[in-house]
Amino acid sequence: MIPVDIPLWADLLASLLMITGGALTLIGSLGLLRLPDLFARIHGPTLNNSLGLGSVLLASILIASIQADRLVFQEVLITLFVVATAPVTAMLLMRAGMYRRRADGGKKKAPQPDEST
Amino acid sequence: MKRWPSLTLFTVTLFALWLLLNDTLAPGQLALGLILTIAITLGTAVMRPLRARPHHLLAAVRLFFVVLLDIARSNIAVAGVILGPAERRTNSGFMKIPIDLRDPYGLATLACIITATPGTVWAGLSPDGAALTIHVLDLQDEEAWVRTIKYRYERPLMEIFE
Repeated sequence: MIPVDIPLWADLLASLLMITGGALTLIGSLGLLRLPDLFARIHGPTLNNSLGLGSVLLASILIASIQADRLVFQEVLITLFVVATAPVTAMLLMRAGMYRRRADGGKKKAPQPDEST
Repeated sequence: MKRWPSLTLFTVTLFALWLLLNDTLAPGQLALGLILTIAITLGTAVMRPLRARPHHLLAAVRLFFVVLLDIARSNIAVAGVILGPAERRTNSGFMKIPIDLRDPYGLATLACIITATPGTVWAGLSPDGAALTIHVLDLQDEEAWVRTIKYRYERPLMEIFE
């Protein structure tokens, strides 16, 4: 693709969106480290695929639209597919964790360092 | 006659997806997309034994924006919990919410909304369908969560699907 001059405002806005998305993704992943157990850890990565992904895609839409000189919104499809699939894995993890806890019979759980990665 | 609306909605959605994927409005792609989507709709009808009957599309649009706003807000809230002091991170727990929504498509949408919103994950529905279990990261005010789920999500979903 031929590089097109991107106006300053779009450059700034896209950078801001990218930084927001990156920061949210980092915080979400930090959640895996800082939260105490499997159930709480499931909440961490949801940051990545909601607003984190959203801001990166918005930046992508903005820059792609300016470069192509028309509205490019194929990125909406990525959102659609992620929103339709990510909750299913989260629910599966949650259910699996619940069944395991039930199978343990309420025993005090040993710390599990990296089960939700 | 009841099956007609959902059939067309499904076909139209697939057709729009196809055009968006190919990023084109060329006549050849239009024709191919039309043939494909109609064939897929007919071919997969057996796999979707239950007919969804969404109506009140305006309510659906409104719900979409409500959810978008809530996702943005709870992103900030969850980020605060993760970065915050250690005692705030141990507040997580399960809670039950009484539920009146019965339509399976409505429940599936509710499950996706709850799970896609950071801070809450769907954890199951009781066998009689009267109570759902969710896991909440920052479980301080159970009442507030019940209100959020029931008024912000469940009521519009019942309007749309029932």
